[in-house]
Amino acid sequence: MSGNWVLSALLILPVVGAILIGLLRGESKETLQNARYIALWTTIIVFLLSLYAWSQFDPAKPGFQLVEQSNWFSSVILYKLGVDGISMPFVLLTTFLMPFCILASWRSIQTRVKSYFIAFLLLETLMIGVFEALDLLLFYVFFEGGLIPMFLIIGVWGGKRRVYAAFKFFLYTLTGSLLMLLGVMAMYWTAHTSDITVLLHTHFSPTMQFWLWLAFFASFAVKMPMWPVHTWLPDAHVEAPTAGSVILAGILLKMGGYGFLRFSLPMFPDASVYFAPMVFALSVIAIIYTSLVALVQEDMKKLIAYSSVAHMGFVTMGIFSGNTQGVQGAVFQMVSHGLVSGALFLCVGVVYDRLHTREIAAYGGLVKRMPRYAVAFLVFTLANVGLPGTSGFVGEFLTLIGAFQANTWVAFFATTGVIFSAAYALYLYRRVIFGALEKPTLLTIQDVTFREQVILVPLLLLTVFFGVHPQPILNASAASVELLLQGVQHAAAAVRTAGL
Amino acid sequence: MNVTALSLPVVMPELILSLGALALILIGALRGERSVWLVTELAVALLGVALAVVVFDKRTEGVTFYGAFTNDGFARFMKALALIGSLTSLLLSLDFLRHHRYGGFEFPILMVLSTIGMMMLISASDFIALYLGLELMSLSLYVVAAYRRDDMRSSEAGLKYFVLGALSSGMLLYGMSLMYGFSGTVNFKGVAEALSGHAPVGVVFGLVFIIAGLAFKISAVPFHMWTPDVYEGAPTPVTTFFASAPKMAAMAVIVRIMLTAFPHISTEWRQIVTFVSIASMALGSFAAIGQTNIKRLMAYSSIGHMGFALVGVAAGSVEGAQGVALYMAIYLVMTLGTFAGVLSMRRNGEYVETIADLAGLSRTNPSMAFFLAAMMFSLAGVPPLGGFFAKFYVFAAAMNAGLYGLAVIGVLLSAVGAFYYLRIVKIMYFDEAAQPFDAPKTTQRIVLGLSSAVLILGVFVPAPLTSAALAAAKSLF
Repeated sequence: MSGNWVLSALLILPVVGAILIGLLRGESKETLQNARYIALWTTIIVFLLSLYAWSQFDPAKPGFQLVEQSNWFSSVILYKLGVDGISMPFVLLTTFLMPFCILASWRSIQTRVKSYFIAFLLLETLMIGVFEALDLLLFYVFFEGGLIPMFLIIGVWGGKRRVYAAFKFFLYTLTGSLLMLLGVMAMYWTAHTSDITVLLHTHFSPTMQFWLWLAFFASFAVKMPMWPVHTWLPDAHVEAPTAGSVILAGILLKMGGYGFLRFSLPMFPDASVYFAPMVFALSVIAIIYTSLVALVQEDMKKLIAYSSVAHMGFVTMGIFSGNTQGVQGAVFQMVSHGLVSGALFLCVGVVYDRLHTREIAAYGGLVKRMPRYAVAFLVFTLANVGLPGTSGFVGEFLTLIGAFQANTWVAFFATTGVIFSAAYALYLYRRVIFGALEKPTLLTIQDVTFREQVILVPLLLLTVFFGVHPQPILNASAASVELLLQGVQHAAAAVRTAGL
Repeated sequence: MNVTALSLPVVMPELILSLGALALILIGALRGERSVWLVTELAVALLGVALAVVVFDKRTEGVTFYGAFTNDGFARFMKALALIGSLTSLLLSLDFLRHHRYGGFEFPILMVLSTIGMMMLISASDFIALYLGLELMSLSLYVVAAYRRDDMRSSEAGLKYFVLGALSSGMLLYGMSLMYGFSGTVNFKGVAEALSGHAPVGVVFGLVFIIAGLAFKISAVPFHMWTPDVYEGAPTPVTTFFASAPKMAAMAVIVRIMLTAFPHISTEWRQIVTFVSIASMALGSFAAIGQTNIKRLMAYSSIGHMGFALVGVAAGSVEGAQGVALYMAIYLVMTLGTFAGVLSMRRNGEYVETIADLAGLSRTNPSMAFFLAAMMFSLAGVPPLGGFFAKFYVFAAAMNAGLYGLAVIGVLLSAVGAFYYLRIVKIMYFDEAAQPFDAPKTTQRIVLGLSSAVLILGVFVPAPLTSAALAAAKSLF
């Protein structure tokens, strides 16, 4: 084993925290408070550690860094970890969002508190593992393993229709992933290794690429989620507790995009070029259709969930545009959406904790009693719309530029989606925040507490910061994206010459 | 491996068990009903000694009785599994038997005799030995299925099992006689040599009958009809036994017969095995959805799992055999753990067995709920639990053998199957708490805890099991 330890430490620490919480005995108030603090400090330490990893990371180098390898799994699975410019932002995003999730659950989770935080910490390990794994099977284990804690989080601590939502979430994702598993096996038998660094340089025959691409697509399209397999998402989002929604929108959805970037594009470049028009079509449908669906939602969380599907449409569009702007835009859009939609769910959580309803009609005129909340909500809403100066703009703009180069009509239709998103987001904002404050239940509502400010302010600052200064993320991913695109651009050029 | 006419060291474990069983019968006959617990404890010790010999004594490997009995790496691996299954089922049955006062000393002896049959079956390398082993195993099983003779359901289960079992033995014999007629030998190796090249129609007929007879023993579709009734009707510890040890033996003999007697006509049997596999996976997945009794549900679950194991058989390669061996090992752990959980479902001293009784278990007994949930996720094949790796190995073997259709159908059906395992998790975790169970007995607790530990922590140290399974598989080729 080499001198690198930090990636393993990121995986092990949350488990240690979970074990510590598991060791707590009793259900007294102090014990539960201890559980909360253990969870919070664990996630904070993990975040600081990931910052250390970031400091060790050299964005100028395109390949994998901080690589760790160990043979103690022997046989098939190789324990190999590493990060590059594409996975590093997601690792940071995960570790960054986790403390806020813990804080958001501070008061709202009152039943089975210990199990809740244990599930969350285990989930963190599995999510970080997805982005760090450099072995295909290891990746799969993390990717799939995350279903178990999320299933329990939705099912145990969720809303009224939690059972339905949890099952839908689990079975949809499982079915997609199992098809990917067959692809994984086929790759293993072709290359006789599941080491991703080797597989990246393995050439698969065009027929094989075709099937493998479809197998991986089945999994990532569900996870993303792309139209028409997105229907689990609104249910899961609505029923999950606030922190669960944040994780779903912020990180779990990004696994799909990450999968496309890590596997589909570089490993099956010919198939990616071949299927790009299909992905464009699905992305455009997702952008326009789900935006329209979002317009008529009566439930705040559902509206944001549909907007997530639309925004993920931009991501898939950018990824398969096959040029630097598109792919970098997709990475940026995913990070930005992780922050913004996470924050929007937290905003919904703030009023949900007070009124215990997510009906848009139950609110109105909140600006009079909750001015600070209104400001935060406004910034995140505008970022969701993609207003210049917020992080949402950079991602959408770059993916649109990328798509424009690849196919003008795709870019044209996708741009209409931006207008729709402005419509539903502002409509939501107007109905919740403005208007007359007449509902009797709202008359005594309190503005954001200190704890909630601690949650919202950092997210707000980052959203604006990345909006005016997107370089940190773009620079980090630049070298890796260039490397990643070589294969695809080569394949695309081959298709163009064949066409001429 | 040297073939000897007669070599007792090769059959040492079987010899220990046979002589021991006879001695136990003597003790029982002389001391009467007072000796029940002594006999039971001695039977446990006997199985333990046999297990130790199988696992640790490499000198027992060899071929004897003029090539009728092979004790190779594969046989030792599967025998160890069968012995673990028998031993654990016997341990789990102690409290149940004490509770119901079925204090006959015959019960443990019958289990030992049945285990001898299984070991014979696993080592059989000609048709006669196969049949002898199969009948010794089955006859003892018929009796234990009907062991609660004052209970209607138990008697019915025993009778049903017996009638259908006799039918399947008949089919098996018919198939074997056809094989003998076409090849002129009963020895597996001899059959393989005689059938190299082409397969006349009669051989295919014989093949169908042999597979049918053996499919009955692993309860694969379409020979599964007895399973749900027998599982539900038999006393729970007996069900545990049925679901674990005999399956190991029957699956082992299927692997051995396909790979050593019929390697040259693999195109013929592969179609049959593929069909049986798909049918079992499909029925196991869909029929279990509507079940309310947990033992019945486990019956359908075991049908499905045998289908998954057969995927590895269909591959017909070293990887396939390794996959089957691994699958059976992990299936054994999951089954024993789950039934330890089922045997812990007691309220006010009475055993209950509907799924609804598990409602809210995560509140009333969090550790039991956690362990059972681990079992369910593992049975569903979700990583990082053991069940995932079992499925992974058999499907990887199928992909390598080019059986893409089988693999695609298999994984889709396993997603369907996941539904009902999740339903049990849902009942334990999402539903309102029912009246708590009595505190589980120590044996149940240990078995459940150990099996969960194997399934959860197995991902960190898979090497011993995977390499043992690989060595076992290689010894067949």
